[in-house]
Amino acid sequence: MTSAPPDHPGDRTPASTTPPGQPSTSLRGTGRLGDVLFRLASSGSGVLLLVIMAAIAGFLLYRSGMALSQDKTNFLTTFEWDPDNIVKPSFGIAVLAFGTIVSAAIAMAIAVPIAIGIALFISHYAPRRIAQPFAYLVDLLAAVPSIVYGLWGALYLVPHMAGLNDWLDHYLGWTYVFKVSQHGAPARNLFTVGILLAIMVLPIITAVSREVFRQVPRMHEEAALALGATRWEMVRTAVLPFGRPGIISASMLGLGRALGETIAVATVLSANSKLSLHLLDAGGGTFAQNIALKFGEAGKPGMNALMASGLVLFVITLLVNGGARLIIARRKEYSGANA
Amino acid sequence: MSTTTTVSDRTPAPQLSGRLTAAKLPRWAPAGVAVLSIAVGCVIGAGAGLASHIQWGLISALLFVVLSFGLSAKVEGVRQAKDRLATSLIWVAFILAVVPLVSLVVYTVQQGAGVVDGNFLNHSMRGVLQSGPGGGIYHALLGTLQQVGLATAIAAPIGLLTAVYLVEYGRGRLAKTVTFFVDVMTGVPSIVAGLFVLSVWILGLGFTYSGFAGSLALAILMMPVVVRSTEEMLRLVPNELREASYALGVPKWKTILRVVIPTAIGGITTGVMLAVARITGETAPVMMLVFVSDSINPDPFNGPQMNLPVYIWQQYSQVNNSFGYARAWGAALVLIAFVMALNLVARGIARWRSPKAGN
Repeated sequence: MTSAPPDHPGDRTPASTTPPGQPSTSLRGTGRLGDVLFRLASSGSGVLLLVIMAAIAGFLLYRSGMALSQDKTNFLTTFEWDPDNIVKPSFGIAVLAFGTIVSAAIAMAIAVPIAIGIALFISHYAPRRIAQPFAYLVDLLAAVPSIVYGLWGALYLVPHMAGLNDWLDHYLGWTYVFKVSQHGAPARNLFTVGILLAIMVLPIITAVSREVFRQVPRMHEEAALALGATRWEMVRTAVLPFGRPGIISASMLGLGRALGETIAVATVLSANSKLSLHLLDAGGGTFAQNIALKFGEAGKPGMNALMASGLVLFVITLLVNGGARLIIARRKEYSGANA
Repeated sequence: MSTTTTVSDRTPAPQLSGRLTAAKLPRWAPAGVAVLSIAVGCVIGAGAGLASHIQWGLISALLFVVLSFGLSAKVEGVRQAKDRLATSLIWVAFILAVVPLVSLVVYTVQQGAGVVDGNFLNHSMRGVLQSGPGGGIYHALLGTLQQVGLATAIAAPIGLLTAVYLVEYGRGRLAKTVTFFVDVMTGVPSIVAGLFVLSVWILGLGFTYSGFAGSLALAILMMPVVVRSTEEMLRLVPNELREASYALGVPKWKTILRVVIPTAIGGITTGVMLAVARITGETAPVMMLVFVSDSINPDPFNGPQMNLPVYIWQQYSQVNNSFGYARAWGAALVLIAFVMALNLVARGIARWRSPKAGN
């Protein structure tokens, strides 16, 4: 088949059988030097990407192995981070894992419902004249660098959180989680970090879910309306079920961002190695923030220890992103079916 | 039955506001309720002596949601009321999201506008006291441009070729693996990319901190983004163009270079520019790899350099230093303006030269 000349009648497929946009690959290079070189170059760079991913995992694994063999304590349950201690190097990820997960969870709890709301607003509720520029604005905001979010978070958001902190402490202090033990300290805590992360991932989640909502088959919506559904019932019965996989994967993409965010967390959080369920008390830490703060003064064992924590972060984000992609990929199979 | 469907096929979706339905709130009702609830919210806020205007706003929003639900439930029935509840909640979500995002941009412009001037743009921090006034971002600007340029020079060709592989050659297990890992690679945290380059390039191979080391990490972050967008653009190129080229006896590689890529070049440029905009704002990996410098270093391969995001971080890190904060805001304004300009231009190109599918 590959050696058949391109103009062989049997090889010509009518244009109608191949869907538009799906390039036919029935014509392969026929052994010309240019073709061979080009194919090698292009598949080579594809392989290069795989090699880079493998190398990231490999090098982090190698360094983490070196680090873990020196750790005198349990890597998973230790609170403090003191790998360069000559007498007793000890470090663990308990505080970091807790901080990372809690701040990302707060971010998701705030960002996902609001992002779905905005996406619905843009795709189904807003007057067209507002929707278009607003969608554009959201895309632009997705491009604002994280250091700017960090700067704004530390110098604007933190002072403005004081009121909310007091309010939560006053009315919800009995829940233990919202108890403030040092009054008057700036709100450089995990809760503020969570809110900042929510603001940061909002544009991404919105952008992806909006695209999905836009692809909902028009016929589904009109059928719902024709049966007498109100707009909200139409959204609930036609738009949301169709968009659910898209919402899930958008949220997971946002979650990946929130888990790996470094510099915005580092500017806002005043870190320490205490694991506290008091979310409104300053302290705690996250994987990425810990790496950013500690690498400067880290010696060789310290660097390896940071690599070990980086590996944990890498694996977590890999799982989250891989999961999101699998959901999207499954969705592709039925998306266009009724359109 | 069939006649009904044909009718509804032809006419646009019927609005469910027929005269045969039960009582309906007048069109001005939402606006009226909004005005009323804002007024009541302000009265309550002022009466209870709440200092924060955000609380006034929240009370008003809550009142609006409750009032319009109650009113509608009484006049129109529960289903319509739920619809109005959902509508008002979605509007509230919209406003809730706009407030911080607009505040971010406005605050940055407010704080930064007074700082940015000619002197700020073309001076470095050499010989300037960190705790004193003066100084500028020239060294950081230069570093950013060089590092991002180098990263683009590495990542754009590799990304482009990978996309060509996926669209034009890729089949079978390898192509599927590459697609999956490109997707996963988009989510690699930037600090992990930085750690990787640090462990290979600096700790492993023994090179020193330099702008180029930063570019390597940025290139890793940029590649998957370029692959994704280029791949989508190449898939939009109509098959007929390829077939016409093959029919004329043009080899495949020449078809790709002369027909496929030129057709999609607008979209590819957009994708690359958006990727550049994304890596320009990366702080963490660059901070680990280029080190920090206060003076102008025009050689990205030798010695520590500076970079705009790292500059902002450095200026912010001197706690409670109003001159440092001012410089940080100035640099943040320049960075936002640069990134947004790249975005706007990229989207302009996309609109101007997007390949039109199937004609």
